[in-house]
Amino acid sequence: MRLEYFQLIDRVVELNLADRTIRSEATVPTHSTIFEGHFPGHPLMPGVLLVEAMAQTCGWLVLATTSFGRMAFLASVKEAKFRTFVRPGQVLKISARLEHEGSGFAVARAEINSDDKSICDAGLTFRVIDFPNSEMRQKMRQTAIGIGLSSEALADG
Amino acid sequence: MSSTFDTIANIIAETCDIPRDTIKPESHAIDDLGIDSLDFLDIAFAIDKAFGIKLPLEQWTQEVNDGKATTEQYFVLKNLSARIDELVAAKGA
Repeated sequence: MRLEYFQLIDRVVELNLADRTIRSEATVPTHSTIFEGHFPGHPLMPGVLLVEAMAQTCGWLVLATTSFGRMAFLASVKEAKFRTFVRPGQVLKISARLEHEGSGFAVARAEINSDDKSICDAGLTFRVIDFPNSEMRQKMRQTAIGIGLSSEALADG
Repeated sequence: MSSTFDTIANIIAETCDIPRDTIKPESHAIDDLGIDSLDFLDIAFAIDKAFGIKLPLEQWTQEVNDGKATTEQYFVLKNLSARIDELVAAKGA
């Protein structure tokens, strides 16, 4: 997890395009200035960043289903529930399922577990549109390779 | 058509917290009911699920932007109902 680059996902550990599911992992950094404010003397991973981790995992799934033909932008978050505190150094296991692929949008559900405990879950909706430019698409593909998204997901070159 | 309209009117009422009795076949989803594009994603999701179709929102938007169609053709609810019936019929054909 590289918070300074807003990269919340360390690696994709499983992608199943047939089932429209994905699993990723991320380790919360032991040190970050974020923890100086959230909270002083009681460092906790902010819930909004847990949502972002779920959103990024869903986003990679959407990109993979389009063979990186289109980009997913977070549009709404529903019923986000934060069930347990997350502390620095904790390993998060994020899983997501695409529930619906509409025309120009996608709906997913995601959850985070750690040490076999449910951390949080939410429903997330994305606008799915053409990449604004080819540079962004290329950078997203590079990042995808870096986090281990399978070659199947990048198949169209 | 009436059952299709009733289904989408109920979806809109529930999704957007709009009183059901204010939603008429002649209502324009955007101009009369004030539904914005983000709320319409939720409505489209619910309609897709309810009817087992995929509303071609991107195609409709493109046609409106290109001047080939009016928003009334797709977003006045009786017309939306007719479009849905067409999509359902096409799926079953």
